[in-house]
Amino acid sequence: MKRIFINKQWCLGCHLCEFNCAFANSGKTSMVTALKDKQVRPRVRVEEHGKDTFAFSCRHCKDPICIKSCISGALHKDNGIVRIDYDKCVGCCTCITVCPYGAIARGDDGVMRKCELCVDNMDGTPYCVSNCPNGAIVFEERD
Amino acid sequence: MNKEGQVRIPSGCAISGIFAKDGRNISGEVISNSMTVMHDRSNGLGGGFAGYGIYPQYKELYAFHIFYDSARAREECEKYLEGKFEIANMSKIPVRPSDAIKDAPLIWRYFVLPNHNTLADSLLDEKEYVARAVIEINTKLQGSYVFSSGKNMGVFKAVGFPEDVGAFYRLEEYEGYSWTAHGRYPTNTPGWWGGAHPFALLEYSIVHNGEISSYDANRRFIEMFGYKCTLLTDTEVITYIIDYLVRKCNLTLEETAKVIAAPFWSTISKKSEEEKRHLTYLRTNFSSLLVTGPFSILLGFEGGMMALNDRLKLRSMVAAEKGKMFYVASEECAIRQMEPSLDKIWSPMGGQPVIVKLDNLDNKED
Amino acid sequence: MPINYNLPVFEVIRDPSRCIKCRVCERQCANEVHSYDEENKIMLSDEAKCVDCQRCVTLCPTHALKIRENENRFRRNANWHEATIREIYKQADTAAVLLSSMGNPEPLPVYWDKILLNASQVTNPSIDPLREPMETKVFLGKKSTEIKRDSNGRLITDMDPQLELALPVMFSAMSYGSISYNAHECLARAAAELGTFYNTGEGGLHSDFYKYGPNTIVQVASGRFGVYKAYLEAGAAVEIKMGQGAKPGIGGHLPGAKITDAVSRTRMIPQGTDAISPAPHHDIYSIEDLRQLVCSLKEATGYKKPVIVKVAAVHNIAAIASGVARSGADIIAIDGFRGGTGAAPTRTRDNVGIPIELALASVDARLRDEGIRNNVSLVVGGSIRSSSDIVKAIALGADACYIATSALMALGCHLCRNCQSGRCNWGIATQEPDLVKRLNPDIGYRRLVNLMTAWDHEIKELMGGMGINSVEALKGNRLMLRGVGLNEKELSVLGIKHAGD
Repeated sequence: MKRIFINKQWCLGCHLCEFNCAFANSGKTSMVTALKDKQVRPRVRVEEHGKDTFAFSCRHCKDPICIKSCISGALHKDNGIVRIDYDKCVGCCTCITVCPYGAIARGDDGVMRKCELCVDNMDGTPYCVSNCPNGAIVFEERD
Repeated sequence: MNKEGQVRIPSGCAISGIFAKDGRNISGEVISNSMTVMHDRSNGLGGGFAGYGIYPQYKELYAFHIFYDSARAREECEKYLEGKFEIANMSKIPVRPSDAIKDAPLIWRYFVLPNHNTLADSLLDEKEYVARAVIEINTKLQGSYVFSSGKNMGVFKAVGFPEDVGAFYRLEEYEGYSWTAHGRYPTNTPGWWGGAHPFALLEYSIVHNGEISSYDANRRFIEMFGYKCTLLTDTEVITYIIDYLVRKCNLTLEETAKVIAAPFWSTISKKSEEEKRHLTYLRTNFSSLLVTGPFSILLGFEGGMMALNDRLKLRSMVAAEKGKMFYVASEECAIRQMEPSLDKIWSPMGGQPVIVKLDNLDNKED
Repeated sequence: MPINYNLPVFEVIRDPSRCIKCRVCERQCANEVHSYDEENKIMLSDEAKCVDCQRCVTLCPTHALKIRENENRFRRNANWHEATIREIYKQADTAAVLLSSMGNPEPLPVYWDKILLNASQVTNPSIDPLREPMETKVFLGKKSTEIKRDSNGRLITDMDPQLELALPVMFSAMSYGSISYNAHECLARAAAELGTFYNTGEGGLHSDFYKYGPNTIVQVASGRFGVYKAYLEAGAAVEIKMGQGAKPGIGGHLPGAKITDAVSRTRMIPQGTDAISPAPHHDIYSIEDLRQLVCSLKEATGYKKPVIVKVAAVHNIAAIASGVARSGADIIAIDGFRGGTGAAPTRTRDNVGIPIELALASVDARLRDEGIRNNVSLVVGGSIRSSSDIVKAIALGADACYIATSALMALGCHLCRNCQSGRCNWGIATQEPDLVKRLNPDIGYRRLVNLMTAWDHEIKELMGGMGINSVEALKGNRLMLRGVGLNEKELSVLGIKHAGD
């Protein structure tokens, strides 16, 4: 299965991925209307440690601890992708506490949000990948 | 209007050739007749012939055919010739005046040999000496134009349809083992006989159908080696290229064909290692002599003839055999006109030379 | 306000209706033009620092940014131009020589734009490169028409060393130091994939790139940086740099700040010291000296590699080229006055040298007049901007072209002409690791390959239109060119006719 990987060497720390992610998941057709004067809640985060930067999102683990811990059965695997059923999520935040990567966050509506590889957005390619200016975020099959 | 040499005039054409490998004599009428069936490929603005073996009585002498614009030009040119050559015989070339051929210049023929002392002083070999004299007359002497300069061969050309040119020069009175012919369809009025074809230097003569796209690349390269392209025609530059490659560089005709119609690199890459090296060598070192664009040429030379198409075969050319006779022409009809029943007829591949030679050159000379 | 206040050259126009305050512009500007005021929650610009490199404009996700020239003007004066006045203020302030980079931007004639190409109509066929073979392979090196045969009459096929180019373009010299490691990697990988060559420039060859040696031209310049036996042997050809189009007659100066650890090792000079290339080669004060260096380099490389001599196009270029052609060099590279540079005195860049079109035409004609055109191949550079420039150059008489500025543009360069600052926001003309990493070679080399592939297609289209199916038949084919709006003298130097003639 294709997943998102980071080539840390090429991450510029520009944070464009975050804004593109938030836009892609906004359902809007313009980034301005999607993000202007709004709280931006991306599902990918750029971690910074001095000059070291790298973008970071859900790993879609083989055996995800978030799914095991989900009390309502909202988190589930769909073709290898860890997804959330928003109708089932009760906003208990257990998944946030167990995810070792900090890849899950709460949305404005209190329901959890996480990277779902843009399967329902755009043209099916994760938007952070197609808009990374330096090829630092890639979507590929790896062992 | 600019005349030939002042402006480059592209032209379409018809060509035809006949060659007797056994050296038998063929009347000039045969080749002239072959052109009649391709009448529509010319437009009356140029026709000509080259015959080989036609001057057996003077076969050791260079036969110069010269057009003069005026008697004064002739006087000047003859003075030049006398300074460089021993003239064994000089005369007007006999013609048959006709309404079809107009504005004829003075047409003279000289059988000459280089003056022994001036040749020795020049430190040149004999052929180079003759070639330089021809180029000098054509570029420096106003109103004089040498259009044939080989031994035991001659070019006959004029402004007109080829069959009318044949009749004008009374070609039925000449016999030779090899003939080539040319009918021209220029896209401008040359109004000048020197511009008609064949084009010849020493014993090499070329008739050509096509318009080469590499013209100026070829011209500017070949002019480095003492040639001067005064007519701005394809035929002129191709003649110089062949003279240079064959006479000066000592390439064989097959090698010459590999230079001017070089195989594509993709073709070369599929050859054996040795052939690859050979072809790469020729193509690389003589890269500026690659001729592109459409052409079909007949090269006449002493004892042989070569027919060659451009490497994409952008011009028609058919070859045929019957016994010891070889035929080649732009269209099959011209060959059938000369010989209705043939042993073999084929369309040579682009870039593949067809070379015929006398079976026994020595016998011919006896 | 002090009297030396210089008004910013550019204005940053930020459309507040589009700006989402993502601060990408701030993070991407090495010149620190953009900043975010946390308290008032607004983006600010310090326009005096802006060089118009367009990095922020390109990366702004909502296209909220524009950079434009400052509309404020000194009082208009047809003699004292805006730029001239600014330069005077600057020099009155600093007492320094003005520095610039990239090529001459002045409105001097571009002859490529006044030359038009021919096409076949009726009398001969144009050729469709999608249906028929169309060849752009070129061999560079000395050609010989002297035929030798063995005792069996077979051709002896020994040739002088040749460079085989799959297309008539090479990447011209840009040193490691003046441009980044990643930029070099892009050029090297693209050259290898394309079947052509890139040029180390005068800064030596980084040890990582020896593996691209078969596609590398190693340069020997007046500073001799990084030159040693293995370096000479690593390349496919050796280029002696006598001059550069952007700065004929002067040397180079790479400031110590750019001599990082890796650059210092590659150049073989101490870290942090200025790398100064003398104006002349101090062992070449005349043409016979050049011949000695050519021969020494051939001796050092076993006569297996062609030697290129690169000269700047100056007034008597034809005579110079004639001398070089007789020096034993296999290839002459001529660099026109629009050629780029990582840093040059402004006055030199903008006022010295001649256009490459005229230099090429007169050199090609001179070498043919002297019958020695075959002794050398001619490579020209100095602002070759497109495939049609290449086609015109070859028709004027070049064997191939060198490109550099257009290659850098494929890598992201926006011609802001501030290479000398060392803070290239595109990761090209810089040694700062944060900036260098902005040029990902996986992306950059692919863009170079794309550009050259596109040009190769276009060259084939243009040749096909002229009925030419091999680039050899285009070389020096000046009948395929016509001038427009040129005077008699220009036409005669170019050796072409006027359109309609």
